[in-house]
Amino acid sequence: MIPELGHLALWLAASFALLQAAAPSIGLWKRDEALAALARPAALAQALLTLGAFAALTWAFWVSDFSVKLVAANSHSQKPDLYRFTGVWANHEGSLLLWVLVMALAGAAVALVPTALGERFRVRVLSVQAFVSLGFFAFLLLASNPFERLVPAPTEGQGLNPLLQDPGLAFHPPLLYAGYVGLSVAFAFAVAGMLENAVGPAWARATRPWVAGAWALLTLGIALGSFWAYYELGWGGWWFWDPVENAALMPWLAATALLHSIAVVMKRDALRAWTLLLAVAAFSLSMMGTFIVRSGLLTSVHAFAVDPTRGLFLMLLMALYIGGALTIYALAAGRVAEGRQFALVSRESALVANNLLMSAMLGVVLVGTLYPMALEAAGGAQISVGPPYFNRTTLPMLFVAAVLMGIAPWLGWRRSGTGHLAARLLPAGVAATGIVILALLLFGIRGIGALLGFAAAAWLGVASLSILLRRGVTLNIAGMAVAHLGVAVSILGATASGALQQEALVAMRVGDAIEMGPWRAELKDVRPVAGPNWTAIEATLDVQRNGRPVATLKPQSRMFVAPPQETTEAGRAGWWGGELYSVLGKPDGSGRWQIHLWVKPLVRLIWWGGLLMAFGGLLALGGKLRLPSRVRTVAQEAVA
Amino acid sequence: MKAFAIALLLIASPVLAEPPTPPDVPLSNPVQEQRAKAVMAELRCLTCQNQSIADSNAAQAQAMRMEVRERIAAGEEPEAVRAFFVERYGDWVSFVPPAREDTALLWAAPLLFLGIGVALVARRFRR
Repeated sequence: MIPELGHLALWLAASFALLQAAAPSIGLWKRDEALAALARPAALAQALLTLGAFAALTWAFWVSDFSVKLVAANSHSQKPDLYRFTGVWANHEGSLLLWVLVMALAGAAVALVPTALGERFRVRVLSVQAFVSLGFFAFLLLASNPFERLVPAPTEGQGLNPLLQDPGLAFHPPLLYAGYVGLSVAFAFAVAGMLENAVGPAWARATRPWVAGAWALLTLGIALGSFWAYYELGWGGWWFWDPVENAALMPWLAATALLHSIAVVMKRDALRAWTLLLAVAAFSLSMMGTFIVRSGLLTSVHAFAVDPTRGLFLMLLMALYIGGALTIYALAAGRVAEGRQFALVSRESALVANNLLMSAMLGVVLVGTLYPMALEAAGGAQISVGPPYFNRTTLPMLFVAAVLMGIAPWLGWRRSGTGHLAARLLPAGVAATGIVILALLLFGIRGIGALLGFAAAAWLGVASLSILLRRGVTLNIAGMAVAHLGVAVSILGATASGALQQEALVAMRVGDAIEMGPWRAELKDVRPVAGPNWTAIEATLDVQRNGRPVATLKPQSRMFVAPPQETTEAGRAGWWGGELYSVLGKPDGSGRWQIHLWVKPLVRLIWWGGLLMAFGGLLALGGKLRLPSRVRTVAQEAVA
Repeated sequence: MKAFAIALLLIASPVLAEPPTPPDVPLSNPVQEQRAKAVMAELRCLTCQNQSIADSNAAQAQAMRMEVRERIAAGEEPEAVRAFFVERYGDWVSFVPPAREDTALLWAAPLLFLGIGVALVARRFRR
């Protein structure tokens, strides 16, 4: 009964989405304000009904109602409580339902939050947003009904992919989806801005919080996904340039560019057309990401269901929205003047440079991700485009971006002098030089890439810190500086964990030890252990540094009951900002076990940096508010 | 999904992966071992998902690691070792895409995008 109510709620929500899309379109055209005003209550009703549908599906998972096909295919009565709940969105249909839910909630927020752009603009935004939602409702109801029944109902479900049975699943998909949906709101603002001819500083001020919020959530989602892959896959890496990772990275790069260009529209009323194009691109890439992941073009942990008809449906949907938005853009771009001019040396130019680099990186990631598929589809060779390609092409651009990010905040708008730069950037220059000397002499690092990475991190980190410590910093500026600091911290973590990493892959008996520089790891024990829905073989490794015990690692090789599948659980321990990371491999038949051990200095900074970036994005929502002076003085005293 | 589950089983299951391959023995010469590892990081494990043979626990990856080490120890250049694997398994095995006519666009992409961007910006400033 409850699943049917959920299904009904979903249909009703879709009808309200239709009302929300149509009423303002007709109302604004016929100048019937009462009709247009229906958009707001429709948005609220849609949100409530979608929430009801989501609750119904959650209920079905919670009580393990295997007469619902989706639950039978993806759940299991022995599954731990947390995963019975998060399992709702760990599958194709459920994740789409989550998508429309987040979208409906964003619509309700647009309907409720006071707007400076007027009621007419608000209903226009709601109408555009509902047009987008409608497509997803159609996809959900016609091609991926989550409430489909199974007759006769099986007595037991098939279980959830063990790699997904992790707390990471509770946050990673909702964060990413919230980010994508935030970009859909920015898209709706852009289309409404074009239709209403309202693109300008006021429009930018109203749109920017959505972009900043979406960007922060995407950043969190990606950082969390990276951390999850790092500890769950047991490969020791944290970014694999996997197509699915790239699918999330591309909208992030577009959102990063958008966040910077919208600041130019807001402050100087320049770059209007380009900003609109970015807003369209950012959401299009979100959709493309979902399309790539869901269509089964790629096989991966993320491809829950491989079904070509769904892929076709999504592709049509995507073509419709992107094509529609680009048509509106082509028609409106002529009316949207480029705005005011600026000199070559100015804050605007620096932000243009950011946009140039972000867009070029985005282009490279796009080409690199799609090239193998395109080449094969065209009857050409089967090639792999892997980390070597992406690292060689994007890292030089990232380096240039980091150098510019240190300088840009010190430039003035419109036309900037350069006389003050030397003094302002002296500390950053000293730090960059210092860290390179340190790396060369103390750590004996010779790789040019690693040295440049350290230099970039120190340069950007110190430059961003010195902005934070200035007097009278608005939250806007502080947010920018914190986010930039986060980038520096992540670069430091990535560079250090790569350049200073130590690694050993050996077969050992109980009692054997690995020696690696100052590190010594002894295999104490290998024994079976059991969890709620798995059994495992667990190794115990005692790790010493310079003869002093620092950690005990317990890597496992797990066998899940439902579905029957093996996973490796890395044994990890923190060491300063770094980690000891171990993986238990196979026995060799003569009593030895394959053990893979890594020492990864400062690796955790990669994700701490991501958190800082997201925090900076949220801080920037505070706009012109100033940091409380007491915090500033404390910080200044701490430095002095 | 099913294929994925089977692949995972093949990778991880000690029962199915018979006979056990001899364990990894690093080369005694650290310079050569370093070189061998660099090659391994850029070769794709054929039975895994987007994983290099350096990272993989699969039996085939282990066999390939051994092959890499043997060839490096015999004095082969890293480039020649990679060429050997590409010859045997096709372009797909190398994470470094080949530099050929059919990948010209791929390798030109960064300069192309930067070039277009710079041209657009330059046009704007000239006006």
